[in-house]
Amino acid sequence: MTQPILQIEDLRTHFFTDRGEIPAVDGVSLHVHAGEVLGVVGESGCGKSVTSLSVLRLIPSPPGKIVGGAIRFKERDILRLKEREMRGIRGNAISMIFQEPMTSLNPLFTVGQQIREAVSAHRGLGKKEARAHTVDMLRKVGIPRPESIIDEYPHQLSGGMRQRVMIAMAISCGPELLIADEPTTALDVTIQAQILDLIRRLNEENGTAVMMITHDLGVVAEMCDRVAVMYAGKVVEEGTVRHIFKNPLHPYTQGLIQSVPRMNEQRRRLFSIPGHVPILHTQMRGCRFADRCQHVMPACYEQLPELVELEAGHRSRCLLHEVKFKEDVV
Amino acid sequence: MKSYLLKRLFVMVPVLIGMTIIVFSIIHAIPGDPAETILGQKATEQSKEELREQLGLNNPWYQQYFTYLGDLLKGDLGQSIRTKVPIAQEIMPYLAATAELTIAAMAFAVFFGVNAGIISAWKQNSWFDYISMLVSLVGVSMPIFWLGLMEQWLFSLKLGWLPSIGRMDQRNPVEAVTHLYLIDSMLAGRWDQLWTVVKHLILPSVALGTIPMAIIARMTRSSMLEVMNSDYVRTAKAKGLSQFFVVYKHALKNAFIPVLTVIGLQTGALLGGAVLTETIFAWPGVGRYIYEAISSRDYPVIQSGILIIAFLFVMINLMVDLLYAAVDPRIRYR
Repeated sequence: MTQPILQIEDLRTHFFTDRGEIPAVDGVSLHVHAGEVLGVVGESGCGKSVTSLSVLRLIPSPPGKIVGGAIRFKERDILRLKEREMRGIRGNAISMIFQEPMTSLNPLFTVGQQIREAVSAHRGLGKKEARAHTVDMLRKVGIPRPESIIDEYPHQLSGGMRQRVMIAMAISCGPELLIADEPTTALDVTIQAQILDLIRRLNEENGTAVMMITHDLGVVAEMCDRVAVMYAGKVVEEGTVRHIFKNPLHPYTQGLIQSVPRMNEQRRRLFSIPGHVPILHTQMRGCRFADRCQHVMPACYEQLPELVELEAGHRSRCLLHEVKFKEDVV
Repeated sequence: MKSYLLKRLFVMVPVLIGMTIIVFSIIHAIPGDPAETILGQKATEQSKEELREQLGLNNPWYQQYFTYLGDLLKGDLGQSIRTKVPIAQEIMPYLAATAELTIAAMAFAVFFGVNAGIISAWKQNSWFDYISMLVSLVGVSMPIFWLGLMEQWLFSLKLGWLPSIGRMDQRNPVEAVTHLYLIDSMLAGRWDQLWTVVKHLILPSVALGTIPMAIIARMTRSSMLEVMNSDYVRTAKAKGLSQFFVVYKHALKNAFIPVLTVIGLQTGALLGGAVLTETIFAWPGVGRYIYEAISSRDYPVIQSGILIIAFLFVMINLMVDLLYAAVDPRIRYR
């Protein structure tokens, strides 16, 4: 594969709250190649959304702040850009779809006005051309009667339609990277499938790279080329979809995969990982997953394991691997 | 939108009828004989009886009410006891004076209040935020008469920049057509007078507009803060729009609805006449007109004054409702 278009290195986004400094994203490194779909998986509060918002520098500040690391988009460090230059990237080279189509569109402007805004801001099209382009975009995302829908308000559309509008807005300037933050979580299952299909199609037809934030392993299996599993502000495992599903190495990933109900198995209770996500703070030591891990060892509480590459493109952050590695050597 | 408008207008009818009933009953609840009030205590029984007959006071109350309603519909508000002039004619200049002052005061209040609120929310916890919220706190707590007197002391007496009382330079007045002197002086092409009219307006409208401004600033700020954290504002930012555009277009339009309510209520209150401000600045407005009627027991004037103020309040509310619909399509299409 080619040089990655997005490279996140040791990103640290902290929130400064009354309860102290919370390292929501604590040294995350990820990369997305051109035309690739990267899934970022993890449960709520693991820092996956904060990571994605950091890429567009949309972290609400205060309380949030990117305190360290680098985000390189095509060789430019996004974190060093001026706000003006950053605006030129948002919605243009990198755009984003959010989780809640119900609240992510402005209720007081028509669908067309909202899409056109992005087009006018970045492409400088005249009114007529921008409208024609907007109709094209609506048609492209599979909205019926785009010529009339363009003048409707968000409240007149269903959830699935609104998410299509969000996607039309996101792709209206032909982005190279699309960040989809749980784009299907708020939708019905049948609509979910349609929206995922649409994103996949845009990826294949236009070669748009996608960073898919989700907590749904089904979505990952369906959509992604590679996966990064996050836990408590850190990437714990990274690999191709095949690696993650066939040979999960980190106990957390193994737990996640076991929690997925299977069609051909009759089980009375679904598997779940015991315990809770730890409350994050800056003085944490050791492995974040130690409290919930089946294979926990005393060393896990002392030392934060490194993310080590165990086979080509498959990396995991667990002390077990080091133990195994030593055993193998011995 | 059309059906919404019709619905709103339709709802107004019972409100207006209710208003007339209340105003009508007030006057009938006042103890004493109206004929005696009008003619004085020394009038003969015969002349009083004649007047009663003439005014229809001997008719049953419901007949009197319908006569009253019929007169109202014809624009007849009755006659002032004191001046014997038809009230509809007499009250016009006062209403115009009040309207001019109210519009100026509200323009001042809305411009500064809304902008201060927006910037405070945008730059939350900044110096601007602290100072403007402090100023608005002082603004709501300050007695109007004191503010008015201080203004006169500083800007008229000490600095001599602005006139302290009246509506325009009386040495060379403009002919009153609409009684809105801003418009009258423009109609007459008297640009010199237009300038003096503006100068006369400044102090009273600042005095009158300070409290509404403070309320509007606080309302705008809290409403904006709520909206600024919403998902669609984040979407607007993610589109690559400038912060100014995000704040003044996407956030403000959404934050404006509660602010609109406050603006409407405050405008209605000011239209009712601001007796204190009008007295301090010798402003011949409707507040003073009614106040004088009360002191001389000019009941028909009081009655009509109340009715007109109530009517204006209803109209302002209607306008606010229509503005809601203009801003928010969800109201329009309901």
